[in-house]
Amino acid sequence: MSDYPLRLTDLPLRQPAYVDLIDWTSLSATDAQRLREFGLCEGASVEALHHGGLLGRGPIACRVGRMTIAMRRAHAAAVTVRTGPETLGSEPAA
Amino acid sequence: MSALPLVALVGNPNAGKSALFNALTGARQKLGNYPGVTVERKAGRLSLADGRPVELVDLPGTYSLDPASPDEQVTRDVVMGKQVGEKRPDALVIVVDAANLDNHLRFALELIALGLPTIVALNMVDLATRDGLELDAAALSRELGVPVIATVAVRKRGLDHLRTELEALLNGAPAPYPATAQPHRDFDATRQEARRIARAGIVRETPSRRLTAAVDRVALHPIAGLALLLALLFVMFQAVYAWSEAPIAMIEGLAEATATLVRDSLPDGIVRSFLVDGVINGVGSVVVFLPQILILFFFILMLEATGYMVRAAFLMDGIMAKVGLSGRAFIPLLSSFACAIPGIMATRTIADPKDRLTTILIAPLMTCSARLPVYAVIIGAFIPARDIGYGIGLQGFVLFCLYLAGIVGAMLVALVLRLTVTRGASGSFLMEMPKYQWPRPQDILLGLWQRAVIFLKRAGTIIFTSTVILWVLLSFPRVPDGDPASQVDHSIAGRVASGLNVVLEPIGFNRDISLALIPAMAAREVAVSALATVYSIDAGDDEAALEQSLGDRLSSQWPLPTALAFLAWFIFAPQCISTIAVTRRETNGWKWPLFMVGYLFALAYVAAGLTYWTATAMGLA
Ligand SMILES: Nc1nc2c(ncn2[C@@H]2O[C@H](COP(=O)(O)OP(=O)(O)OP(=O)(O)O)[C@@H](O)[C@H]2O)c(=O)[nH]1
Ligand SMILES: [Mg+2]
Repeated sequence: MSDYPLRLTDLPLRQPAYVDLIDWTSLSATDAQRLREFGLCEGASVEALHHGGLLGRGPIACRVGRMTIAMRRAHAAAVTVRTGPETLGSEPAA
Repeated sequence: MSALPLVALVGNPNAGKSALFNALTGARQKLGNYPGVTVERKAGRLSLADGRPVELVDLPGTYSLDPASPDEQVTRDVVMGKQVGEKRPDALVIVVDAANLDNHLRFALELIALGLPTIVALNMVDLATRDGLELDAAALSRELGVPVIATVAVRKRGLDHLRTELEALLNGAPAPYPATAQPHRDFDATRQEARRIARAGIVRETPSRRLTAAVDRVALHPIAGLALLLALLFVMFQAVYAWSEAPIAMIEGLAEATATLVRDSLPDGIVRSFLVDGVINGVGSVVVFLPQILILFFFILMLEATGYMVRAAFLMDGIMAKVGLSGRAFIPLLSSFACAIPGIMATRTIADPKDRLTTILIAPLMTCSARLPVYAVIIGAFIPARDIGYGIGLQGFVLFCLYLAGIVGAMLVALVLRLTVTRGASGSFLMEMPKYQWPRPQDILLGLWQRAVIFLKRAGTIIFTSTVILWVLLSFPRVPDGDPASQVDHSIAGRVASGLNVVLEPIGFNRDISLALIPAMAAREVAVSALATVYSIDAGDDEAALEQSLGDRLSSQWPLPTALAFLAWFIFAPQCISTIAVTRRETNGWKWPLFMVGYLFALAYVAAGLTYWTATAMGLA
């Protein structure tokens, strides 16, 4: 399985992946905090479930851990993922 | 004030805090399967096993003690003892969703670290089981250092156990396990610890079929999902007509029979006029709409209970983003179909202040249930009850269009506001999507019952009072006997209306509409009871006129353009006094409510005028 990094916005639907990197600086402080509280962090397992919007501009629903969350594409674009099973056990020390 | 022990229910949104609160106190707080249902602190009484009373408070859900929105601020203030006029809770009951432990335990650890006596309610174990999760409460308790009790709030399971533990806790029993000393962990460390504990608590995990994911493939699909949302709203308005015919006929028959009885048994005079014109015909003309309002609420309650609300917000986010709002704002707006007041309260869940303010300002554009009687009377009188093919009723279709006009109007206004007075960062959309649940019939019935009681209370108080006041103003001074002048024209109200009519005539409004608009500020339904009272007084003893229903009288006396202009006016109608009051409270001042009233009046006037002139030009008569 290929294991190159890609943006969460480009991750094919229902393809298991894990978070490689999050560009927190591109998010507002409130949004960044809320995403953290949703359990989004480097190493977390993610899966894109649904893309909304008629012209591909709508939000994205994705599974993070055991939660399903909806976010806008701008948020998802800040998240880089790698396909494959999660690696939380060997979470990189930040 | 009260020396009772104070216990607070805290936890993530949608964990079942309010359900547990209701089960423990017998209260009837609103539940809903989406985050952000509870937006303020609510207190109730709970009896411990030994009969001792305890004050229990239900709080808005939040993800941490760093509040992002006004509702979360309340939770933080109460938990930290900063709520004015209230002591710090003596104990916490942390409610966690058993199927989402990794996440909920992180906040639980943050709360446990506060050092207050604490119990964890491991709620929704039924759903966890459905998802193939088997959990060990004792193991969790060992790891967390506080009692952990499995509960199913909506089935009242685990409540006795919870009461017993709470009693022990309030009696100062030491925690069953020494608290794992963890003074101040940072966020990531807490998250990892939560994850570790969650794993320790999971006995078995068997993958199971995912109902929610399957449904969402359709419900969130860009085309199919949108079609489904529109279809749902469409069916809702068809049902408002199709299902209500029989019950409405029943109530109408009852009102008519009562009116006839009173008319026959009382001598002609002021008392009889009061009872027949004011009470029975006036207030009765509004009560008739109870079935339609309940049907509308049935649909809203179903949407709220199933978990569809967040899906609707997801689908609408694209449009909401374009007008500078958060997709989340769609939930308060959809709630405003019921009433703008809870809708405006629900904007407390919106983090960005400008985003929130805009949502408050457009909430009155969503057609609240109080406008339903007004629409229904006019539609009933002027729109034929005809099929327009495929079994679709024309009346329901027109109603659907009126609601749609409100939504479109709201979006356009939001767009303009966001470019002008509430300019700022464009809203964002971050929301947890709950699993679907089957609504429990008893919850829906209870919700309907509560709405029916509220509506009848309104009819008995504010609608009754306004109608009576109007009746008085319409009945005095009396036209001298034998004078052919109309009682309505002769009365105080009639004269005021004639004055007002100077301004309203250009947009096609007649004297009766002018008469109805002012008392309609008290409650919109009063527009209907006011018209009914006017016509009832006008009819006097004229047998033929008495036979006519309000709808018949309207259709025989109003030209069609006037009726359409009246409908257009009510799409934007200046909202009721209570909406103005709640806007003042939520925006801390008079500036925004005045702005809101001003722009709504202007829009209503222009919309009614345009409708009237266009309809007249098109030769509709
Ligand atoms: N199956 C199941 N459903 C539950 C249980 N407890 C609550 N619910 C449902 O879960 C949903 C959320 O419950 P609420 O009590 O409104 O949740 P809350 O924690 O008060 O949510 P907020 O007020 O938004 O913070 C509702 O639809 C409830 O009917 C439970 O133990 N089992
Ligand atoms: Mg609640």
